[in-house]
Amino acid sequence: MVVFEKPHALTDVPLHYCPGCTHGIVHRLVAEVIDELGIEGKTIGIAPVGCSVMAYNYFNCDMIEAAHGRAPAVATGVKRANPENIVFTYQGDGDLASIGMAETVHSAARNENITIIFINNAIYGMTGGQMAPTSLPGQITQTSPYGRDTDHCGFPIKVCEMLSQVDGAQYLERVAVNNVKNVKNAKKAIKKAFQNQVEGKGFSLIEVISTCPTNWGLTPQKALQWVDEKMIPYYPLGVYKDNTAEKEAE
Amino acid sequence: MAKLTFKTDKCKGCGLCVDVCPKKVLTLATDKINAKGHHPVQAVNMDDCIACAFCATMCPDCIITVER
Repeated sequence: MVVFEKPHALTDVPLHYCPGCTHGIVHRLVAEVIDELGIEGKTIGIAPVGCSVMAYNYFNCDMIEAAHGRAPAVATGVKRANPENIVFTYQGDGDLASIGMAETVHSAARNENITIIFINNAIYGMTGGQMAPTSLPGQITQTSPYGRDTDHCGFPIKVCEMLSQVDGAQYLERVAVNNVKNVKNAKKAIKKAFQNQVEGKGFSLIEVISTCPTNWGLTPQKALQWVDEKMIPYYPLGVYKDNTAEKEAE
Repeated sequence: MAKLTFKTDKCKGCGLCVDVCPKKVLTLATDKINAKGHHPVQAVNMDDCIACAFCATMCPDCIITVER
């Protein structure tokens, strides 16, 4: 009996991510959910710019590469033109929380029926570890070698908390993938986000606290600990908004 | 009887599976180098494996298949 194998929605292409990068875990969770819901044939994914820029190689469904930060805008167009398709975007923090902030907030405000998977690893990974909008106060990066100075650089953006104030957003949850329990919870959240779209319940965003061992300068194991020690206290896990239960009651 | 299959060529030797294994079944093969230039994972005492699939759950590269 097979207990665990690679989901069909993930291709055989070797991932280009650094050793220990949790992008691979999130890719697999998305693929498992696509498999379980049986929607591989009608799913369209939108790849971002960032470390996951080549996500179109890794998913077996149709994929579109968006301009930097514009994945929710592309997803809006795809979903409105083909409402029967399931449309998801897969974006990092430099893509979604920095250059793509307008598209993110407005797609939430319009309550587009799309699913957004948002990877928050508190750093710009692909470009070599510069300070991101989500970098923690005091965090050392290439462009903040003495630690992020909040007097000069401001404070990190908490995307789930911010979007919970937007009336259009329907389901917002923050999860992590730094241990087995959190991975299981992350899968449940991602599955709910896709299920919401299948049932036409509207805008769902799952923020996944991820790691960047290379640019944090830690081993993969220490990076997982760093998530527990530093990231989760600043970005508490949990459901930030859930209007989908009310919709069922109506 | 549990069985683990590794796609060794795709292993990046990050060791997340080694750390998460509750029965200490896995180690990195420090005497081997795979096509990517990493020390790949190997199972050293398969008799202890309980097929919990924790290793596969944490593997970022999806190289582990768990059977029971």
